[in-house]
Amino acid sequence: MPSSPIQAQAPAISLRNLRVSYGDREILHGVTFDVQQGETLVILGGSGSGKSTLLRTLVGLERPTSGEIWIKGKNLATISDEQLDTLRRHMGMSFQGGALFGSLTVGENVALPLREHTKLEDPTIEIMVRLKLDQVGLSGYEDYFPSQLSGGMKKRAAVARALAMDPEILFFDEPSAGLDPIIAAGIDELILELKEAFHMTIIVVTHELASAFLIADRMVLINKGEVVALGTAEEMRTSTHPRVRQFLDRIAEPAVSQELDYLQMLTEDRHGNRR
Amino acid sequence: MELTVQIGQSVLNALAYLGSLAMLSARAAYYAVVAPFHGKPIRIQRAISQAMQVGVRALPILSLITFFIGLILALQAAYELKKFGAMNFVASAVAISMSRELGPLITAVVVIGRSGSAFAAEIGTMKVTEELDALETMAINPVRFLVTPKFIAMAIMLPCLTIWANAMGVLGGSLFGVAKAGFTFSGYLHATADALFLRDIISGLVKSFMFGITITAVGCHEGLVTGAGAEQVGRSTTSAVVVSIFLVIAVDLVFTALFYFLGGQ
Repeated sequence: MPSSPIQAQAPAISLRNLRVSYGDREILHGVTFDVQQGETLVILGGSGSGKSTLLRTLVGLERPTSGEIWIKGKNLATISDEQLDTLRRHMGMSFQGGALFGSLTVGENVALPLREHTKLEDPTIEIMVRLKLDQVGLSGYEDYFPSQLSGGMKKRAAVARALAMDPEILFFDEPSAGLDPIIAAGIDELILELKEAFHMTIIVVTHELASAFLIADRMVLINKGEVVALGTAEEMRTSTHPRVRQFLDRIAEPAVSQELDYLQMLTEDRHGNRR
Repeated sequence: MELTVQIGQSVLNALAYLGSLAMLSARAAYYAVVAPFHGKPIRIQRAISQAMQVGVRALPILSLITFFIGLILALQAAYELKKFGAMNFVASAVAISMSRELGPLITAVVVIGRSGSAFAAEIGTMKVTEELDALETMAINPVRFLVTPKFIAMAIMLPCLTIWANAMGVLGGSLFGVAKAGFTFSGYLHATADALFLRDIISGLVKSFMFGITITAVGCHEGLVTGAGAEQVGRSTTSAVVVSIFLVIAVDLVFTALFYFLGGQ
């Protein structure tokens, strides 16, 4: 393993002035940053900040209205559905609620991408499934249905499914949402293990600060659809940017005290522009 | 002025809805007929288990209902025929109204209640729990994966169920025929066979095939457009049932008129 492979390679993902809208409401107002090969990037942000939209756009579930997303030399904003599907075989996504298929067993869930996209024989797939489940600490749960698993186990199973195709980029949507602190710590541990073991690029969307500081190489703070700050955990910790401080120090949105601010808030329309 | 705008808007919405149903059916047909030649096989296993669910499991309730319908038809026909002393026409009245109209229609209504609603609920729930998104991120097309097997199952099973429903209806009619209209059982069956032309049965089966497509398209479409939240699944399921019943009857009207004018009698 070379000592510092990160700087030598082109970025795994490159966002250039990315804008995304639902209908006529713009959610992301021009997001630009790079994700390096093999790094774990945490996307931080409050509810409604646009961080989930950003993640959905990165995996191709939303199409940007303008801007570019470069992954493996392809621009997600302009590629055809077929090319997108080809690209998706190199990406894995673990959804917030797991999104396991309730009608399939855990083993069948993990086997699904392999059955759909590879010509592997059944015995080989079975071995792969056992391997993936072992990696997430769920060996022996092949024949369970998702409804029989606890919240933490569902997330682990979802990670196993995301790993099935040996992706180069792994996405996590709120990995610790809805889990108790101990189970959530277990999921963080799992992400760190994956990082150690596979050196894949990992992108995590979360608002859990403890978990973010534990797993992140770098983090990016999103607020109201814009990048507020981008840097290593250390840089974020020592940042003096008011928004970063507010988020990290968990200060509630200040009640509107100054009359001028209040006036501005009233006269702003929904898009944040002055009328 | 306001009224014309509203009417125009509703008509446009209805046309857009029909358009999206047609689009969904066309995509499902593509994955059922064309895509298998491009290395994307149909999920036969899934289609078979759907057919089992849609078709075979519906047999008990469908048999009971159509048996009753056959009996009711016989009673209603006898009410009028008795005046003319023409009770021997009960068999043909039951046979023709069953095979041309009520067999396909009652079958469709039962299938809407059992399966159209289930399709909307199943796909709607998957939408709410992000399972549809998960399919897409795994580069698996939800239409090919979920919708096409349902279309295949319904297009095959609905005509089959309709044949069964026709038979049960005739059986129901024969109960009255034997008990009150002076038929022997085999005499009743003979009278039925004499009354039926192949085109009566075929026209019923063509209709039932179209009903199957309609019910699947509505059920799956309602599931796919489900909004966020569990209560939206309930809304999708309800509108799948209501819209399916309406559209099945509209399709019925169109095809009945078509057969009438094409058949010339």
